Amino acid sequence: MDKLGDCVIPAAVVMIVLFGLFRGVPLFDAFVAGAKEGFRSSVEILPTLVGLIMAVTMLGASGALDMLASFLAPAAHLLGLPPQVTPLLLIKPISGSGATAILMQIFQSNGADSYVGRVASVMSGSTETTFYAIAVYYGAVGVKKTRHTIPAALTADLTACVVAALTVRIFFN
Amino acid sequence: MASCKKVVNILLNYIWGAMILLSVVCAIATGRVPQLSAAVMNGAESAVKLVISLLGMMCAWTGLMKIADEGGVTAVLSRMMRPLTRRLFPSCPGGSPAVRAICMNITANLLGLGNAATPLGIAAMKELSRQNPGTEADNSMVMFVVINTASLQLIPTFMATLRAKYGSPSPFDILPAVWVTSACALLAGVLAAKLLEGVKRG
Repeated sequence: MDKLGDCVIPAAVVMIVLFGLFRGVPLFDAFVAGAKEGFRSSVEILPTLVGLIMAVTMLGASGALDMLASFLAPAAHLLGLPPQVTPLLLIKPISGSGATAILMQIFQSNGADSYVGRVASVMSGSTETTFYAIAVYYGAVGVKKTRHTIPAALTADLTACVVAALTVRIFFN
Repeated sequence: MASCKKVVNILLNYIWGAMILLSVVCAIATGRVPQLSAAVMNGAESAVKLVISLLGMMCAWTGLMKIADEGGVTAVLSRMMRPLTRRLFPSCPGGSPAVRAICMNITANLLGLGNAATPLGIAAMKELSRQNPGTEADNSMVMFVVINTASLQLIPTFMATLRAKYGSPSPFDILPAVWVTSACALLAGVLAAKLLEGVKRG
């Protein structure tokens, strides 16, 4: 099953290039234009990441992150999650860069391919910055009463966390 | 009305401040002040290192996705999404601009075209608010926003690149797990949105 993931990138690259050829896209021009956009947005996010990674590294070095994790361990246990991923659960709905910073910290202290590292990867790959998305979309049209949006969106996030731990256990024993 | 967005930003200001203060207090209490001062410098440095080491893959991927984008991949794939949206957004007529915008947004999210997805999503919200002007969300708006917050991304390249940087030999091996998890989350979100429609009327 894990071999499937390895084929995704080559398959995607081939499909994209064939699709571009078929639709008459100037392949290399488009690639360079897109790469420039990627370059610009990566550079633009740097100051945000400096601030958040610095804060998370400080939290880690001071021992506060471990304390937070052990404080939330009963809740994590209830959801079947390793306690180290609870900081990710807290920051992800609010800040994508904050989640990146926490993910980095988790990879650094547990390894990317550890059980904790994999659960954290799957969690961050299958949830969104929920509150940020709600704010942007409703803000754009002036809606103030969001009714059942937040309960339903949080149901999705919570499901993602619980299922993340399950799928990692199933796919990687 | 950008006040919602402002609230999230203000919240982040407080969270960031709390993170810094908490780590200082904690470091003093546990006697790890030297480690803390090292962390300030290491943290800032590792952010720059991270961006530099991910820059190549990010450029390559956005370049490839630009080829797909210029070929009109979003429009092509979003047509396949139409029958599904009919069930999820019963108040929107089949070929309406709202449905078209919703399909485009969902497709862009699936492909991980973040920069394109948000403007398409805002366009979809504007179409939906034409059917329902006012300050209260209707069922279609709630469904649309919930689908977005549970957004399924087929190839989370950023996360995989980060995994590779931290020594994973096959960083994409978690993809099947990500797909199953995302699909479950999306399903739970959609079900919750449908079930709660009647509960919260006002």
